[in-house]
Amino acid sequence: MNDCTTVTTSDIELERQAYRKKQSIRSVLTSIASSLIFVGLVAFGLSNSPGWPRVQESFFSAEYFAQAWPQVLDGLMLNLRVLVVAVIGVAVLGGALALIRITTSAVMFPLRVVARFYTTVMRGIPMLVVLYLIGFGIPGLGLFGRVDPAILGTVAVVMSYSAYIAEVLRAGFQDVHPSQRASARSLGLTSGQTMRLVIIPQALRKIAPALMNDFISMQKDVGLISTLGAVDAVRAAQIAVAKTYNFTPYVVASILFILLSVPFILLNDWYTAKLRSRERTGGLV
Amino acid sequence: MSESASAETVLRLDGVCKRFGSNTVLDHVSFDIKQHEVVALLGPSGSGKSTLMKCVNLLEQVDDGQIWLSDTDITDPRINMDRARARIGVVFQQFNLFPHMTVLNNVTLAARKVFKWDRAQAEKKAMSLLKRIGMDHKANEYPDRLSGGQQQRVAICRALMTEPELLLLDEITSALDPLLVGEVLDMVAELKDQGATILMATHEMSFAHKAADRIVLLRHGTIAENGTPEDVMDNSSDPETQAFFRSYHS
Repeated sequence: MNDCTTVTTSDIELERQAYRKKQSIRSVLTSIASSLIFVGLVAFGLSNSPGWPRVQESFFSAEYFAQAWPQVLDGLMLNLRVLVVAVIGVAVLGGALALIRITTSAVMFPLRVVARFYTTVMRGIPMLVVLYLIGFGIPGLGLFGRVDPAILGTVAVVMSYSAYIAEVLRAGFQDVHPSQRASARSLGLTSGQTMRLVIIPQALRKIAPALMNDFISMQKDVGLISTLGAVDAVRAAQIAVAKTYNFTPYVVASILFILLSVPFILLNDWYTAKLRSRERTGGLV
Repeated sequence: MSESASAETVLRLDGVCKRFGSNTVLDHVSFDIKQHEVVALLGPSGSGKSTLMKCVNLLEQVDDGQIWLSDTDITDPRINMDRARARIGVVFQQFNLFPHMTVLNNVTLAARKVFKWDRAQAEKKAMSLLKRIGMDHKANEYPDRLSGGQQQRVAICRALMTEPELLLLDEITSALDPLLVGEVLDMVAELKDQGATILMATHEMSFAHKAADRIVLLRHGTIAENGTPEDVMDNSSDPETQAFFRSYHS
């Protein structure tokens, strides 16, 4: 407590503190030693495996790395653009689906059935199949002429992820305790105001870690639009590999995707830890 | 069709019934609350107290009978229920403050969003209410930083903010540490002195005896007793009523 003015520490406590300090120094040293041994073993194992020089040359070549970097980085810009548009699309479509699913009014019944069907089916189809269905099916209809594969890819990503996000949002909305709704309604708030001012803000705090996790996973899944022929980071790497028969460009693409996601992963970890510590202090949000 | 309540009757229940499936929770309950009257709703757990409170606040729909709030039949499905709810202040057992809003925003929410006051006016009123209970220095704290008693007193401020015609207090001390019960009950006594009209469900028998003008005792969803605290709690000739109050003394 900081309101103690004179701090007197007994010998027993001093001895305990000294012991704890010794213990913690020892555990730090132990973890450093074990890490060094682990890294050493992996390095030893790799460098002594018979194929290592070949693997090193075809995956970790500095020369090909430098050569592929500009094109792959260029491709990543397309991934970023797709990602931004997809996030907005998913927020709108996923939010709408979730709101439809929690309505109870009779008028909304057909929409509820459609939303239920959509989220059920969409979560069951592999992402790649959705991409093929949209990417090759829609142009096949011949309605819109030639459509940029990046746009079709974005549509597919939005359709697939909306189903997941809708379910996360719905769980969040329903997770807010019914007494909060009762309390808001008893103040005279309409059901719309209750949703907007009381339920949604609390739900978003609760599900923020899950939403961020889906966002991180979406960040790398936008790389799948390469299967439709859009020249994104993955496709650019593929092209470079096809030219040189060296796989280093894939490593380049991986590193770029990792760099893209690390800030969000750290942000997510930080926010989750913050929520947890707040819950420990007895808060509800 | 019963005639509308007279001018000074704030709440009138007329043959109110509520069933959950085959379970009849309220069976033709009728009583009045006059202006400035404090009525304590007593009864064992499961006697229908909470359900009755929820029906009055329109959180549950009655299965028969009428509830009048002054001249409005609030069980009429054609009325604006949000407006009717806004005329009644409710305080819950579990406080139910909004955890994502500061104390000040909790207290001003209904004034701003339902009654459309501007923020400055609402905050001025809220601060004076908070000041009266010595909580003005906590106005910008979040509810999780307050003790249970403080949260409950803020919840009472929130209910009082828009000067409701009737205050419903639903076992507001049941979730509190015994040491904190006193501070909340003191606040209720003060509201009574200021002329509030209150219907309170409670298990605080000595407080009910002291503060209530009238006791309504529910048993199996019907009114077993309806009279002054002395008549009901001390001098009832009904053996079941005597047994009920004795259980609180032992």
